[in-house]
Amino acid sequence: MNSLLFVLEDSLSGLMTGGVYALMAVGMVLVFKATRVVNFAHGAIMMVGTYFFFSMSAMAQALAVTFWVTVPLALIATGLLGALLERVLMRPLLGQSVFSMIMVTVGLISVLEGLAALIWTTEAQYPPALFALEITFINGIAINLQMFWSFVVGVGVFILIAVVLFLTRTGVALRATAFDQGTAYAMGINVPRVFSLTWMLASMTGCLAGLLLAPLNSLTPALGHLGLSVLAVIILGGLDSILGTLIAALLIGWLEAMAGHYLGGDWRGVMPYAVVLAIILVRPYGLFGTREVERL
Amino acid sequence: MYIGSARLSYRADEAIWQRPAHRGSVAALLLALLLLPLFGNDYTLLLAGQLCIYVIAITGLNLLTGYTGLISLGQGAFMGIGAYATAVLASRYGLPIWITFPGAMAITALAGIAVGLPSLRVRGLYLTIATLAANVIIIFIIRKMEWLTGGDRGISVTPASIFGVPIQAELAKYLLIMPIAAIFVLFAQNLFRTKVGRAFIAIREQDYSAEILGISLLRYKLTAFALGSAYAGAAGCLWTYFFTALTPNQFDLGLSILFLAALIVGGMGTVLGPVFGAVFVVLVPEVLRSLASLATPYYPMALQATAPLTEIIYGLLIIGFLIFEPMGLTALWNRFWRYIDRWPFTR
Repeated sequence: MNSLLFVLEDSLSGLMTGGVYALMAVGMVLVFKATRVVNFAHGAIMMVGTYFFFSMSAMAQALAVTFWVTVPLALIATGLLGALLERVLMRPLLGQSVFSMIMVTVGLISVLEGLAALIWTTEAQYPPALFALEITFINGIAINLQMFWSFVVGVGVFILIAVVLFLTRTGVALRATAFDQGTAYAMGINVPRVFSLTWMLASMTGCLAGLLLAPLNSLTPALGHLGLSVLAVIILGGLDSILGTLIAALLIGWLEAMAGHYLGGDWRGVMPYAVVLAIILVRPYGLFGTREVERL
Repeated sequence: MYIGSARLSYRADEAIWQRPAHRGSVAALLLALLLLPLFGNDYTLLLAGQLCIYVIAITGLNLLTGYTGLISLGQGAFMGIGAYATAVLASRYGLPIWITFPGAMAITALAGIAVGLPSLRVRGLYLTIATLAANVIIIFIIRKMEWLTGGDRGISVTPASIFGVPIQAELAKYLLIMPIAAIFVLFAQNLFRTKVGRAFIAIREQDYSAEILGISLLRYKLTAFALGSAYAGAAGCLWTYFFTALTPNQFDLGLSILFLAALIVGGMGTVLGPVFGAVFVVLVPEVLRSLASLATPYYPMALQATAPLTEIIYGLLIIGFLIFEPMGLTALWNRFWRYIDRWPFTR
């Protein structure tokens, strides 16, 4: 009975982590949908955004203002960074091979990590946690409230984005671009603006995910490596499916927790990669992705 | 000025180096490499040895990524397999380098074939992510097989010995590694004058079309993976004897990214590309370090800034070359020599 309780506890905490993964993954999915580029640097952008928040909250503290003021500021700053990166790095490569664009994002990881190490040093920092660490018991099951609220915010923002995507004009423009870029141009959709918007939105959601994750891990330039394990989420979900991403994120979070529970903590990190390898071998288009048909 | 080449025999037409200038420059390069120990100190030889190992590994990646178009983020882990295979064979079983070198190559080639299997089903981005995942998993396995590999504590070997001569001094190591690197580069150069090499290039251009032309994708994609990883295995083997101590984290994703970066900067799908790329990734930190030590009297923090700066410069180089010169340094090099060749008529 007792061991079942532990499994249940770990499952819950895994699912909650999955909620934050969903928030991280949605940025990558948005960028992929619009531009067909998997942004390997998404995690690095998230890391830089979290450092923005760290510095701003330190300033806020010096001015005796609550750090909540700096949350939107950090989000906006990261969004602008994303738009800038898109404009300066990705736009010149428009129409070039996807390989070049993906490798540019790989190069971007090095640049952002190096810059962060240069500016904020590689020492672990502890930005203020959005939600206090608190543990409550429901029917004897321990629930970490910090993670619970992170989960709520993660899934909430995820649903918000899905609503925007399916119900607003901007969302329609984005989906049209994703569906067929040429036709989208022909229908008068400002496709480059869509690219800018998606990068901005993706960076902002990434930054938010970073704020939620920073108290759980500590903030170092290596925080961005989490972005690579989120690759598992988007591949499992099918790269371009919003619903698939949410389900895959929860599933990966749960699998990680189970690996940690049954095999030991160091298996957690390798779990997403094992999943991704299996998925690519068995079902490369993921659970809910569109199968790509290639014509010669 | 260079006008044209008259080839008077089939032999001349088939030669690798067609002009006296080519033959001369290759001879001069080899001579310079042989004479380097006379001028360089131990530190130079250390860098040169490391450079040669990188050249082998990156040439292997080039066979796979540059020529066959299978983008791999797993070359670092393959090198790790080669290195650990060598270390285990040498330290646990006491085998000499004559056996560990081909052994490491064979084991790594088998691992490469295993990792290459997804390439029959998926391409492009998916394959890149699959190799990335394989990289993480391979390093994890090496770390977990503590009874064999020593885990995070690492493993060490005694220096290799050839004909009873221990390869311990930097000079001896250099004289062992440099010719091997030269042979491996020459092999790659020659490979693309054969059926296999041309099949690789056809697969890169469009694999379905290649299959329609009668090229077996199964056979040639796996051959490319086997060859590319065998190169990595050779590099790993030499790495083991070069540094004589290993830890798993030397071969993590960072090394794979470094190799891919070097290949892009040097020029994909060219024989010279990996050489230029390796020179670049080895020399950039050195140049930065010497600049930093010059700057230390004015900025005491300068030396600490070199590691992040190196990372930034690597990243910027990848991005810059991809945006402005996707063919890499080799394209610049070729353009320079074309300018010289056509000199009075160039602007």
